[in-house]
Amino acid sequence: MSENERKTLVPDIREVLAQHGRFPVENLTEADDLYNAGLTSLATVAVMLALEDKFNVEFPDNLIGRRTFKSIESIAEAITKLAA
Amino acid sequence: MSTFCSTEVDFDELLKGVHVLGKSVLRVHAADVDKKARFPTESINAMREARLLSAYVPEEYGGMGLNMVQIAKICETLGQYCGSSAMIYAMHKIQVACVVHHAQQSEFFCDYLRRLVEEQRLMASATTEIGTGGDLRSSICAVEVTGDEFKLNKKAPVISYGEYADEILVTCRSAPNAPANEQVQVMVRKGEYTAVPLSTWDTMGFRGTCSSGFELTATGSAAQIIPQPFNEILGQTMHPYSHIVWGALWSGIAMDAVNQARAFVRAEARKTPGETPISAIRLGEADQVLQVMRHNVAALAREYDELRSRECPEVFEEFGFSIRTNNLKLSSSQQLVDIVGRAMLICGISGYRNDSKFSIARHLRDAYGAALMVNNDRILKLNATMLLVHKEG
Repeated sequence: MSENERKTLVPDIREVLAQHGRFPVENLTEADDLYNAGLTSLATVAVMLALEDKFNVEFPDNLIGRRTFKSIESIAEAITKLAA
Repeated sequence: MSTFCSTEVDFDELLKGVHVLGKSVLRVHAADVDKKARFPTESINAMREARLLSAYVPEEYGGMGLNMVQIAKICETLGQYCGSSAMIYAMHKIQVACVVHHAQQSEFFCDYLRRLVEEQRLMASATTEIGTGGDLRSSICAVEVTGDEFKLNKKAPVISYGEYADEILVTCRSAPNAPANEQVQVMVRKGEYTAVPLSTWDTMGFRGTCSSGFELTATGSAAQIIPQPFNEILGQTMHPYSHIVWGALWSGIAMDAVNQARAFVRAEARKTPGETPISAIRLGEADQVLQVMRHNVAALAREYDELRSRECPEVFEEFGFSIRTNNLKLSSSQQLVDIVGRAMLICGISGYRNDSKFSIARHLRDAYGAALMVNNDRILKLNATMLLVHKEG
């Protein structure tokens, strides 16, 4: 998946975060730290499940963690890897 | 820990001393404390004299510098003599741990730790709030800092032994415009706050903890705000530490009930020497559950010490450790009721009576509280959510 294709994931990721993240996402940049913005580790469960549903992927154990859900950018990167 | 071996030897002596204190003070007043739902002044003063209130404070501040395994052992021992006194001790220790783990970069809190050791000060906490439905990770009230001063108002549905504590650690939002989950802990000190009673504490068990509700209005220095955010304090310290020390003191209550049952069975056995009484079978069953309960607590306490020694706080954010901590709380609160119930059956009507030396009544009433303090259903729901993604490895 090219950089452009990765960029196309961002609006959907934002939508999932807005629906399931339980914190305000409107003003976040793609690099902002989601945990600093209010994402809790428990809320990442809902976010992850919704991402799996939306993108038809499954996060393996090694991608379930703080590093993956750190920012919109890192989520997009993980999904790109999974969909490749 | 370099001094581990020598501490180990001293610790055995210390534990013997805790048993003496338990027998000579806690047990003597336990029935009266329970009956009157009064603060166990004698017990807490005896703990002060034994310098137990600073057992978890590092040695560099003058404390005993004990680890989690050892603190759990003390709680278990105290629990054998008076559930309420042990619960107060355990809750105080949770707050001490919050300060020790998360505030040593602050001069104010380092001084406080020295004072805690010297004056054996008692710390309470106000975590839950009216209107948040028991969710520790969200606050309505906020600390308001102007210059070097703070102002804070909180309606707390329960503050265990709040009236008797020297300090209270209050959870609140970090600023009036902060979101509900951006929280800090603020130390409010006796003399710097007013407390208007909101509810009384006339409960089935743990009556001596005097956990009435209050509206707190406090002022103080901005230095009294613990520097690290509350979500870190909760995840790394308050959550695991609570469930370990609670599980330990509940084990103590269960041990005492089983010991009562043993004494009863033995009295039976004396009547028919050479023939093991039928109730001894039940004693065997109760003891079996008790062993599982105690081992569970000890295992998590050891894991906690081990994880802390790695100095890598992120490990506490892993779902695996959280799930195990929650499981400990769920199972030990259930095992406590189970074991005490078995002990009651063994002692029969003597256990059911309030006025018999084999009475299990207080143990049983205390036991039912365990599932409610941080409700088991809430904890089970959290585990259910985490288990959607966490696989045992």
